[in-house]
Amino acid sequence: MTLFKKTAVAMSVMVAVSSVQAATPTNEEIWALLQNVQQQLTEVQQQNQQLRVENSTLKIKVEETELVALEANETAEAVAVATEEAVKTASLAARRTNIGGYGELHYNNLEDQNGDADKDEIDYHRFVLFFGHEFTDDLRFFSELELEHSLSGDGKEGEVELEQAYIQYDINDQHSVTGGLFLTPVGILNETHEPPTFYGTERNPVEKNIIPSTWWEAGVMFSGEIAEGFSYDVAATSGLDVSKKGTKTSYKIRDGRQKVSKAQAEDFAYTGRIKWTGVPGLELAATVQYQEDMTQSNDATAGSGTLFETHAVFERGNFGLRALYATWDLDGSGPKADGYDEQTGWYVEPSYQISQHFGVFVRYNEWDNQAGSSTDTEYEQIDLGVNWWPHQDVVVKLDYQDQDAPKGKTELDGVNVGLGYQF
Amino acid sequence: MRSIVAITLLMIAFSVFARGVYQTDEAFLAETFNNELPKSQVVWVKGDLRKSIDDILGHRYAGLRIRYWHKDGRKVWILEEIGKEQPITFGIITARDKIEKVKVLAFRESRGGEIRYPAFTQQFDDAQLKGNDLDRHIDGISGATMSVRAMTAIVTLALYLDKFTRQ
Repeated sequence: MTLFKKTAVAMSVMVAVSSVQAATPTNEEIWALLQNVQQQLTEVQQQNQQLRVENSTLKIKVEETELVALEANETAEAVAVATEEAVKTASLAARRTNIGGYGELHYNNLEDQNGDADKDEIDYHRFVLFFGHEFTDDLRFFSELELEHSLSGDGKEGEVELEQAYIQYDINDQHSVTGGLFLTPVGILNETHEPPTFYGTERNPVEKNIIPSTWWEAGVMFSGEIAEGFSYDVAATSGLDVSKKGTKTSYKIRDGRQKVSKAQAEDFAYTGRIKWTGVPGLELAATVQYQEDMTQSNDATAGSGTLFETHAVFERGNFGLRALYATWDLDGSGPKADGYDEQTGWYVEPSYQISQHFGVFVRYNEWDNQAGSSTDTEYEQIDLGVNWWPHQDVVVKLDYQDQDAPKGKTELDGVNVGLGYQF
Repeated sequence: MRSIVAITLLMIAFSVFARGVYQTDEAFLAETFNNELPKSQVVWVKGDLRKSIDDILGHRYAGLRIRYWHKDGRKVWILEEIGKEQPITFGIITARDKIEKVKVLAFRESRGGEIRYPAFTQQFDDAQLKGNDLDRHIDGISGATMSVRAMTAIVTLALYLDKFTRQ
């Protein structure tokens, strides 16, 4: 624009000069012409000045805008960092205390093949709450409180049980020590028994009757890892009392659980487990427990007891396999007299997960709590069924069981349905 | 009882690393980029992306942004996810729609530390997205279900973010 104005002035002068050459102007005309040129120059100068001012103003505004944008960016960054830190701090605080749980509702429609002890019932078998707290990164508390069969109290079917309540301390990055009331490190289901994690409405009868799951004691346990995939647990705890007293009429292992309820502590139990999980999808483990006197010295004929258990869990793709063997050896003359000196069982359970939500299984179980007896005291059971997981932590189960019991004993065949969850 | 104590002490003496920080974030980045660390970039977790991330993780993502490092077609993601109770830190390298490497940088849970072993992490090598899921089944570890779940979700998330940042 400025250049244009200057050009115009120059041309005006040229035109004026050429006009003089063409026809000589008068002095008045030249004076008027010069005044006109002067006027135009003044206007151009004024416009230049105005443009300079405008340009300067624009420059300042651009710089201001850049500054505001920069500040906005820094503010956004600061807000993001502050928010993330706040969320992190809040979640860390929340993480210090953890709540979890699981539950299972069962319907059994089972018919006794040897008598009239049919089982047609619906039962909220287990309602469990976990509470844990991290005192520090290395010191924590964990507990499991269970209500079995919905109602507890005098004359009621169920009971409230404290199944875990322990303090665990990490000695270092590889080893920890646990003190309190904890689950005995044995079997597949004893420590991990949330309903969505296993097949079958009811827990398998072998771990229930032989190990006996769910089994907890009080004491101290060292746990840790000794090589890639190799872990160990060694524990000294309260023990079983399988003496015949009160309602107990046999040396059956399951009846010996004292559940750490004013439990007699004349004789302790010593447990050791070694476990290998070095290959994805595979777990191999073995547990040995020794108890000096299986009746807490109540029965001089009972003697000591030794449990040996081993199992394998294998998952490859959609295929799964669980197999477990467990046996108790009671060396006293009392158990031997009735065949309770050997109590043995095993099961094998292949399964196939058809999709993320459906899986099918079949399980063969065999157990005998009087395996030392010369008479037929062995139970067999075949289970087959399906799990449906509408969510990975929720499961609906349907299965059929076919039992083969010793002569004259309750033999239950029929259908089980379950609804379970964990969180 | 003495022998039990003796065996325990012996085990402690000949033990391997199980719980803690295996590699720092900085060391993982330096190793990945041969000490020539590119400037980090950021994905803001908002709108449809937030919804997708929440779906993959199965819960709401707590952060506002996810930082990553990108050079020569390789991206590094350092992500945290809670196994059962404590956060596990994962270092993940994605390259051209695939997982190049997954490493557990820090493990703080009391169970499930086996997920850090190469025998387990190798299952994710070359994994790709199939829809918004992984293209393969991951064999679990007995007793470490939650840690395995966390790792599978976080690897899926890294692949999803890799794809998102190329759009």
